[in-house]
Amino acid sequence: MQIEIDHISKEFGATAALHPVSLSIPSGALVALLGPSGSGKTTLLRILGGLEFPTAGRVLFDGSDATNMTVQDRRAGFVFQSYALFRHMTVFENIAYGLRARSRAQRPASAEIARRVTKLLELIQLPDIGARYPSQLSGGQRQRVALARALAIEPRMLLLDEPFGALDARVRKELRAGLREIHDTTGLTTVFVTHDQDEAMELADLVVVMSMGRIEQIGRPQDIRAKPATAFVREFLAI
Amino acid sequence: MSDVPTNHWPKQPASAAHRPVTTESPGFRVALIAVVVVFLALLLFAPLVAVFAEALSKGAVEAIKSLANPEATSAIKLTLIVAAVAVPLNAVFGIAAAWFITKYDFRGKALLITLIDLPFSVSPVVAGLCLVLTFGANTAVGGWLVAQGYPIVFALPSIILASMFVTFPFVARELIPVMIEQGKAEEEAALTLGASGWRIFFTVTLPNIRWALLYGVLLCNARAMGEFGAVAVVSGKIRGQTATMPITIEMLYNEYLSVSAFSLAAVLALLALVTLTLKTLLEWRFADQLAAANRL
Repeated sequence: MQIEIDHISKEFGATAALHPVSLSIPSGALVALLGPSGSGKTTLLRILGGLEFPTAGRVLFDGSDATNMTVQDRRAGFVFQSYALFRHMTVFENIAYGLRARSRAQRPASAEIARRVTKLLELIQLPDIGARYPSQLSGGQRQRVALARALAIEPRMLLLDEPFGALDARVRKELRAGLREIHDTTGLTTVFVTHDQDEAMELADLVVVMSMGRIEQIGRPQDIRAKPATAFVREFLAI
Repeated sequence: MSDVPTNHWPKQPASAAHRPVTTESPGFRVALIAVVVVFLALLLFAPLVAVFAEALSKGAVEAIKSLANPEATSAIKLTLIVAAVAVPLNAVFGIAAAWFITKYDFRGKALLITLIDLPFSVSPVVAGLCLVLTFGANTAVGGWLVAQGYPIVFALPSIILASMFVTFPFVARELIPVMIEQGKAEEEAALTLGASGWRIFFTVTLPNIRWALLYGVLLCNARAMGEFGAVAVVSGKIRGQTATMPITIEMLYNEYLSVSAFSLAAVLALLALVTLTLKTLLEWRFADQLAAANRL
């Protein structure tokens, strides 16, 4: 799905989290929103997911206005920073949640739900953990379960907030490759937020560098590295 | 829920030479435990035993006979009715208030929290008087309702209102810290997965707060059944009609009917013990779930 961000701004009380920003994300791209904390990258991601509404501006999905679309209607697979797994449900129930929440007419039969959950558990390479609770998983496993849960609703896009933030370096590397692979097999337009320039540069097709609620530069990793547009970009990427 | 005992402290070697740094010396520990035991014995166990001993002082038959007295049965029935109405209403109110306070940001939040605590700081007698002044037969509202045949004061409605006023902070107080700690992330996740508001409440929010809710409801119930001051003012203490268990106990005691008074008191104490046992049983039955919820 193609995403168009058209002069979006966001104010929380008197403070502006986003000055009007515009960004066009081609269908099927893997995009990184890169910036230090307080740069507005998470706010922008939450606006895409429908968890925040912009003060001004429009969001377009495939050319049609989605600014006032509810979270539920957007069908955005969202992976939260702390994963936000349902702690009282097993891994299986977590992944099945989105399918079971559908209206009766659109809800798959329970055998079909079980089949899909099993397939997703295979996709994240954790086929045997369906019966466990989130508290019995490692950080890396939780992250992958959160990804599977987001994919279960057959999302139109994938949004990830600091997906590797809480993990140690080795697991981080592994999961990076995992996300790339899942992106390539599903072909979903994917946007992830990060403050780690290596992660952004290594993983993304398109990097959006943000600072203080503004977009500093948009470009392919190699182009940004070769030609940083502003002093901030040069400094932040330590070029 | 922090008040649930959990055993994830690492086992320490028992020998005194390797005493963990956070542990006191054996003598001090014994003294500390002794103080607690003496306190509990004097303040909790002795009075409880005394109530039962006094009730049974003339034999179990006398005690049971005194409970079969219409005055006593009516008091027991009234107290159970009051709790059955006040507790569910306060549970709903408490959940709504806690939800509103923890999931939304708005002006006057601190004021609202203070207001919820008000019944803890106001004397129950004052609360009762306020109800009489608002709904009494000589006020506009109260007079009209009496004319319609629905008196509030000196009747069941005022007893329920007084009990609700006194017990309404319990559920909200228990829920607010738990809900603040859990944040909104799981609800947001459920939203992105397409769930509706009610579905989220019943499948995500309620399961996450159910233990805190249970404690709140149990406390609320215990207090609703035991409330004396506010009910004494609004009920009019009409025997066999508006006298709840605590009121009837006091009246019987003042008339030197000690077996009757203490038998009824024993029943009230038993009701509290039943709730406590229920809570312990549930904790024991769902220990694994509790531990899982605490660890995340």
